[in-house]
Order: sequence, then C-alpha cells, then structure tokens
Amino acid sequence: MRLVILDDYELASEWAAKYICNRIIRFEPSAKRYFTLGLPTGSTPFGCYQKLIEYYRSGDVSFKYVKTFNMDEYVGLPRAHPESYHSYMWNNFFKHIDIDPANTHILDGNAEDLVAECHAFEQKITEAGGIELFVGGIGPDGHIAFNEPGSSLVSRTRVKTLAKDTIVANARFFGNDLSKVPTMALTVGVGTVMDAKEVMILITGAHKAFALYKAIEEGVNHMWTVSAFQQHPRTIFVCDEDATLELRVKTVKYFKGLMHVHNKLVEPVLSMKDQPNTVTEGDD
Amino acid sequence: MPSNKSVSDAPITQFVNCRILRDHKLQREDLWVREGRILDPEKLFFDEQGYADKRVDCEGSIVAPGFIDVQINACLPPSGGYGIDFSQASDDVSSGISFVAKKILEHGVTSFCPTLVTSPPAVYHKVLPQVKAQNGGQHGAGVLGFHLEGPFISEEKKGAHPEQYLRTFRSGGIEDLAEAYGSLDNAAIVTLAPELESSQAAVKELCQRGITVSLGHSVANLSQAEEAVQNGASFITHLFNAMLPFHHRDPGIVGLLTSDKVPAGRTVYYGMIADGIHTNPAALRIAHRAHPSGLVLVTDAITAMGLPPGRHTLGQQVIEIHGLHAYVAGTKTLSGSIATMDMCVRHFKQASGCSVEEALAAASLHPAQLLGISHKKGNLDYGSDADLVLLDDALNVRSTYISGEEVWRKGSREKKSAV
Repeated sequence: MRLVILDDYELASEWAAKYICNRIIRFEPSAKRYFTLGLPTGSTPFGCYQKLIEYYRSGDVSFKYVKTFNMDEYVGLPRAHPESYHSYMWNNFFKHIDIDPANTHILDGNAEDLVAECHAFEQKITEAGGIELFVGGIGPDGHIAFNEPGSSLVSRTRVKTLAKDTIVANARFFGNDLSKVPTMALTVGVGTVMDAKEVMILITGAHKAFALYKAIEEGVNHMWTVSAFQQHPRTIFVCDEDATLELRVKTVKYFKGLMHVHNKLVEPVLSMKDQPNTVTEGDD
Repeated sequence: MPSNKSVSDAPITQFVNCRILRDHKLQREDLWVREGRILDPEKLFFDEQGYADKRVDCEGSIVAPGFIDVQINACLPPSGGYGIDFSQASDDVSSGISFVAKKILEHGVTSFCPTLVTSPPAVYHKVLPQVKAQNGGQHGAGVLGFHLEGPFISEEKKGAHPEQYLRTFRSGGIEDLAEAYGSLDNAAIVTLAPELESSQAAVKELCQRGITVSLGHSVANLSQAEEAVQNGASFITHLFNAMLPFHHRDPGIVGLLTSDKVPAGRTVYYGMIADGIHTNPAALRIAHRAHPSGLVLVTDAITAMGLPPGRHTLGQQVIEIHGLHAYVAGTKTLSGSIATMDMCVRHFKQASGCSVEEALAAASLHPAQLLGISHKKGNLDYGSDADLVLLDDALNVRSTYISGEEVWRKGSREKKSAV
C-alpha cells in the first residue's frame, strides 16, 4: 500500500483531489472509454469534493466522460430527504460540475425489490468495464462503505443492517435522535471494491486513528473490513497527522520518508487545458 | 447540450451566479426554470436525468420573486406624458392598464391590482368587465384583479376621493354591492369602512366570494375593525392614512396590528406607502416592529407617476404635483403617491433597518399571502411561477422576468449565453 500522510485535513483533501484529477486526465477519457470512479459520502470526503469542484471551475478537469458509482444509500429514506446520499451527492458534488446525470449511479434505497436493485448495480459496474478508481472512507469501527464488522471480505452489493456504532455515529445528521436514523442500507461489498483497479481510502481525524491501526498494522480480519485491502495490488491510504496517532512510530516515519515519491503522483497537477488530445464538445 | 428529459421536452433555463431568496434567506444557489415555473433541479437530475438547455449569467445579482403591487392607480398617456387613469369611463381602460402594466416592469413589479378610486356606478359597471385577471408577459405585468377603493367609505376620511360618489349600504348585502359595482368577477380587493351601517354583512358577502376585504378611509374604532376581521377582512388600506390616529384608549384600525381578537391562524396584513411622505419613518418603524409579518408595501401610485409638476386628473378630481408630492388641487390633502415599488423597497429597508430579505418579502411574499396566491407567486419555491426581479446589492432593479422570460432589462445589451 501507499500511506500518504499530510499535516491536516485540508492538505489531505487537496492531495486526494489532485490525485483523482491527475488520474482522470492521464486516462484521457472519451465517449468510447469512460473513466469509472467509485465515490463515498460523509464528512471525510467533503473537502476533497470541494477541491474537485474548484478544479472543474478553473477548467482544469471535466467530468463529462466520467461515470460514477456511489458506495451506498440508506434504505427507506425518501430520496429528497436532506440526509439521503442522493441529496449529499447532488448538493456537494453533482450540481457544481458538468457530469451527465445518466452517468451517475447511486443505489436506490426505495426500490421495490432491494435484492434485485443490488444485483442490477453490480451488473451496471460490469457493463461499465469495472471501476478504475474506488474512493472510500473508513468508519470508526473500521468498516468500508456499510460493510459492518463481520461482513464477508468477499461480499458483493447487498442489503445490510447497520451496527449500533454506525447508527450512533450518524445520529448527528438526524438531530441526534437515534429513532430517526435509518437502520438498513444498500452497500457495495468488500469484494466489489476489491475488484476495482485501484482503491484510495481517505482517513482523517483522531477518532479514526484506531481503525487505521487495525486496518494496516494488524492482520486481515472481517471485524475490520478495511483490512481486506492489504490484499489489493494498488491501494492508497490518504490521511492527516491525527489519523496516524495509533500507528507505530516506525510505520509513520517510513511512509513520511516516502513522501517525495508519493508527491510525484500529484506534482505537477495536470490540467485539461494543457492536454493536446483533450476531447472537446461535439466529438460524440 | 441536448436535453434528455422524460417529463417534458420544454427547454430548461438555469440562472447561475446569483443569490436567490428562498426560505427567507438569500442563498448562493442556481435557479432552474421550465415552462414558466421554478423547477426542482435535484428531481430533474435523478428522475429525468436532465440538465439545462440555456444558462443565464446573473452576474452576482440578487434574484427575488417579482414584486406585487396591490394598490396602484396608474395610467396611460393620450399622447406624450402619462395621463389616462382607470377611473375615467373611457373605452381605453384596457389599453390604459396595459400601458401601466408595461411601465411597472421597470420597477420590478410582475403582478398588480389596478385600483379604482371612488367613482359613479356607471364607471364601475363599464370598466370592471373590461379587464379580467391575466398572466403577465412581454406585454406587461400580470393583472390579479381590481382593487376597488370605495365608494363605501367614510366621508370624514375620503382623502382625495370625490365626495359626491361616496355611498352607504342600505341592506349590506349583494344588492348594494351589485348596484354600486355591477359584476365583481374581476375584483380582487374591496376597501370599505366597517363603521358604516350594515357593512359587516357586506364584509361577509365579499369574503365568501373570495374577494379580499380591506379596511380603510374609515373612522372605525378598534371593536368595529375587529368585528370586520372576524367576519373575514384581512387587509388595511395604507395604514395610518385616511383613518383615525392611534389613541392609547382606542387604537382604532391601527390597533389591529396587535389585536388579540384576530382568529387563530389568520394574519391581518397592512399596506404601507413607504415613500417617506405618507408616513413618518418613525411611524413606519412602530408598525413594522409591532407586526413585521403583516407589512405589505404598496405604491398607491397615481397618474402622476412620471408626470411633470402641474395639474392633472385622477378619477373625478384634479390634482397638483409639487416635487415628489401630489395633492388634491388647492389643498394639502395628499392624493396618492408618485413612488415606484423598488423605491419603496429601498426606502423601507433604510427607514426600518430591516434585512434585505425582509424588505423583499414585504413587496412579494406578503402581498401574495394576502391574496391567497402564495402557492404560486411571491416566492421561489419549486412549482411557483418564475416571476423574478434581478437586483443589485443596493436593491436597484437590473432586469425583470415573467414566467422565466426576460421582460425588461436596464440598458439593452444581451447577456444570455446558450449552453
């Protein structure tokens, strides 16, 4: 894995956004070959989305040939509810950029047949050619998406009942009223994310430090599902200082020493404006 | 980009780079419009997978709901200046109203109630059927219905109204109303004095027909006013003017602002002519602080709007203009105003110290609530009519839109760009 450690939340968000930007531009997406991006929600990726919007606004990146697949969505929450993940993605990302609505995919937590909805989602990912880069976060209990402790490490997209920890963590978005937090969600499986060509996990804040320790310094364990990515050929963990508080000094020093290598991935930040082969409007 | 919408093929316009007034706050959000109504972009994105056909760059403007003027006696020029007014029994009332409707677009007004001052029955019978409620557009602001100010008003508080045409109720019912006005199909508001005998029956009758009853040009005491409110009256015509002054043992009509006899769930609205002339700013502040949610800005503009100093006609009266004041000729009795709605909004904000949002609401949301049309006008909620006014930070009007189409712009340079 690559463990990229930045000083604070803002710098970590910026590094991640630059990386995504560079990956998209280097891929040279077109109408015949879309860049498929897996996306998370929550407070951790918020800063990253803000930076991506900035890069779009300054003309450095376009999402015209990007397809997105979100990790999860609550079951039974009206789509227009301000806390639904549809609302989150619309307000914090989609409405600010140039993505084609038909290229965005979010699980429908109000589908008639939830199981069929999950299968259809897996199908759509396959049809899109698989995910090029899956961006995710980590829960305080070490979960990826809603793959709660105990989830199979080869699981696929399915319905999950949320763990108490998760419900408590999410209560702050529902007026601190536990009874209002949804108890079930549709989520991509650990296996689904493992299928991506590359995985980038964002982890910031001291409250995530123990989960990060469990995920990368202990063994692969279904109680800390993010640990599954130890067996993925291309994983990047982007974190801030606070998130490393439970790691061994040796680990932190090693990876900090590699920052000059890591930074080659984001310096220079590429821009669409400089690309000679940039596909412009009218080419489809 | 070609659209890809499943609900409708109609083009979608996205207003960008603006601050919109929504939920009583100015928010940095885009405004989406389709088929003349405000569209929910999130639904468009997820349900229809659609996007905008056209973007309008608002250049940082404030986008507010179009202003609604419920009291304006305006006019049309016979030739040259602005001279015709609705109250003259001429066949050109329609074109008179049309001219004014077009003129007020410059002031950000997208809907209005053409007002008739006290007139002889022949005028009402002739004029009222001529103009129906109609949507606005390139031709001018929308007509919401007439505001009939009189003739059932108090002699002592007639202001500039012609005395010989005032009248009282004989039975208070349909007969008196029919006799005076003829058909009330095109009326939206009636101003009357509730101390007149048998007037309460008329109040009930009018309210039952869905007509807003307003109290004004009256010497009613608070009890009489409260009785009228309980019978359905919901508006006060130009508060403070043409009524008894506030008295601490009988506040009169002014006391409605803080009356405890207003039925639950109902609001008494009151018109204020915030031109700096009709009401002292201190009085404006007292009213605003006592009952902020009921304040409705009105212009009560008269033929003098845009007219040069001198003598002109209003209804059956002759008036004189000196500077910004308009008087009944030869007296010091004020006769309507020559303020414009956007001027009133600016003056109200400055005099009351209220927020931009409150000032804008007083000219849009509150009049819509008064007339019971806030489900489609007076706000920028999804589904409401896309009647908009774009303003700069000092609340000067930059452009006006009706049903999503630009109907007036300051200067003439085109700034729209297609996506």
